[in-house]
Amino acid sequence: MYTSEAMLESLKKVEANRAKNAALEPERMTAEQKDEVLRTYHPDYIESQFENLIIGPNKGEKVPHELAALLQGKSRINPDKIDLEHPDYDVDVLIIGGGGAGSSAAIEAHEGGANVMIVTKLRIGDANTMMAEGGIQAADKPNDSPAIHYIDAYGGGHFKGKHELVAKLVTEAPDAIKWLNELGVEFDKMPDGTMITTHGGGTSRKRMHACKDYSGAEIMKTLRDEVLNRQIPVVDFTAAIEIIKDDKGNAAGAVLMNMETEEILVAKAKCVVIATGGAGRLHYQGFPTSNHYGATADGLVLAYRAGAKLLYADSLQYHPTGAAFPEQIFGALVTEKVRSLGAKLVNVDGEVFMHPLETRDICASSIIRECKARGKGIPTGDGEGIWLDTPIIEMKNGEGTIEKRIPAMLRMFMEYGIDIRKEPILVYPTLHYQNGGIDITPDGMSGVENLYVAGEAVGGIHGRNRLMGNSLLDVIVFGRNAGRSVREKIKTVEVGKLTLGHVKKFAEERAAAGIDSDVVSPKLLPDYARRAK
Amino acid sequence: MEEMVNIFIFGKKYTVPASLTIMKAMEYAGYRLVRGCGCRNGFCGACATIYRIKGEQELKTCLACQTQVQENMYIATLPFFPLVKQIYDIEKVPVSQQVMMQLYPEIYACVGCNACTKACTQKLNVMQYIAYAQRGDFAKCAEESFDCVMCGVCSSRCPAGISHPQVGMLARRINGKYLMPRSQHLEDRVREIHNGDFKEFLDTLMAESDEQMMERYNNREIEK
Repeated sequence: MYTSEAMLESLKKVEANRAKNAALEPERMTAEQKDEVLRTYHPDYIESQFENLIIGPNKGEKVPHELAALLQGKSRINPDKIDLEHPDYDVDVLIIGGGGAGSSAAIEAHEGGANVMIVTKLRIGDANTMMAEGGIQAADKPNDSPAIHYIDAYGGGHFKGKHELVAKLVTEAPDAIKWLNELGVEFDKMPDGTMITTHGGGTSRKRMHACKDYSGAEIMKTLRDEVLNRQIPVVDFTAAIEIIKDDKGNAAGAVLMNMETEEILVAKAKCVVIATGGAGRLHYQGFPTSNHYGATADGLVLAYRAGAKLLYADSLQYHPTGAAFPEQIFGALVTEKVRSLGAKLVNVDGEVFMHPLETRDICASSIIRECKARGKGIPTGDGEGIWLDTPIIEMKNGEGTIEKRIPAMLRMFMEYGIDIRKEPILVYPTLHYQNGGIDITPDGMSGVENLYVAGEAVGGIHGRNRLMGNSLLDVIVFGRNAGRSVREKIKTVEVGKLTLGHVKKFAEERAAAGIDSDVVSPKLLPDYARRAK
Repeated sequence: MEEMVNIFIFGKKYTVPASLTIMKAMEYAGYRLVRGCGCRNGFCGACATIYRIKGEQELKTCLACQTQVQENMYIATLPFFPLVKQIYDIEKVPVSQQVMMQLYPEIYACVGCNACTKACTQKLNVMQYIAYAQRGDFAKCAEESFDCVMCGVCSSRCPAGISHPQVGMLARRINGKYLMPRSQHLEDRVREIHNGDFKEFLDTLMAESDEQMMERYNNREIEK
């Protein structure tokens, strides 16, 4: 419910302009205009928020302060005290992370007969995949093709994606949809079976497939059910805290920690897959986040200490439309699908100030500019926001569209007395996605032999900006890809003597570089507990 | 001064800001959550919670991340509930009422008390979707249960011991795989890709300079 005078006054202008705004087709920005708004307002361009790494494989490259502290942090273990001679688990494939990528990898590896185990620090499905609302891209319509998808993804990523990874993403996309559909995922379809597809920011064809606005939840629930049907062991509330190598320098397992009892366990494996997701809970630059509770970049830390190189670790995605009001849902995701369905971004004066379907980085920067530089934001109490005029959706697509296509959004705001069918919502950018991550080859392997990576922990698939619907796609395509790679790779792997020598060596490098911070990593969970004074 | 309320976490009293969700109120009280906290956005079902307002008869249920605290709220979180998930092979499962009888026969012991529906944190008509499952109407069961976050509160209130979320899950997978219409355009496209139909053009793109790609990207036709 909107009660402040400033909001109510602005709301009147939004309502007065609604019919006109609904009919408007706002101009898209030119390449030069995009470049300017990014350079001036995107958080990735604020130099003071970054620092250069002084040790490790990416020495000399910049990353956010919060990530630098963890990448160069102290290990949680004393390597000398870990008994590597008697592993608690001995498997073919150890998968770290129980989200969409980890589950897809597990299913594919299991399909090939591998002995697979998933460890996850929360529960299987407590992951960003579960929260993906808007949809999943795939060029499966007659007017579309993987090549057109490639141009959109590569260009949207500012021409920085790795060619082979982008090509794999788009080429295997239709097969990923088919695989999910055959596992029982209920995609939105027409009565004749045609997939209902819409635009996302930066798409040139309508290729966004969805399951209402529970796309990720529907996919994640199905994958989880399949993992359980296959009786793949899922060791939950257990975090990986270091990669174990063998005396040949190959990845050969992980040191695990029970999140509740803090018991230390050792898992030996022929191949390890890092599928630990993103970093929103590091709250870069103080931003709120749309991410799940465990998004703390653990996989990047594990891989970095084991010697794997990162790519574009300085590139983050701020989703343009996080909830700015009410306070209880501050930072929660308002799916891009709201804009795909026609809602427009409107300032305090009721004016549409940009095309709502520019890419996310452009859109977020433009909202920041509208508030910070032009003073056209709407005060929310804590900060400010921009209107996302949702009633336009039903003006354009008919009554009932919101309940049918974006029920989660309707439910989320209704809890706080805001009926998005009749009233607009207030939004502001929220930390959403880690564009960069661990550098991989097309088979999914990192710079460390037998250490594979899938999902948001990978860098290079999306260049420096990811398009909506390419992340759900990436967790499926690259999760399956890693699963298929390891099920072949394990056939030739002979694990040598286990060692944590690299952890010791990293500690020595730290000391030699004069790093004396007490920050322990991986972080595992954010600390939101208020301490009594 | 911020408005404060008194709440009782597992019976112990804390005074917290009235604007907080139950989850944030627990953190304000000093809890560092490991269980009972997942996505923090109402999708994962990790934070199922049961509460009663002092003096009221009704026992209420919610997700802790989606619900604001109230004065005199007695809170018990339900971070885990022993749902029964039966193992099956989606490739071989019979697409008939028979599958429910085989895997989840307890649904036929439903006494119609509707406690599941009253308890649902997503306000779903749970008893209705179980009724559809009993009849083997998978499409309707799938539709009614679609928004389920599988928090398990419904099952915690069920006198018949039904694991409602798992019944809905099975119905949705059967519906998605076998009953919804097939997508011919998707199958055609997968075949074309396997034929290598798009490879040449993709190879051309991958070999182009960034200037050439920029030219293509900035001038590409955008479907209305």
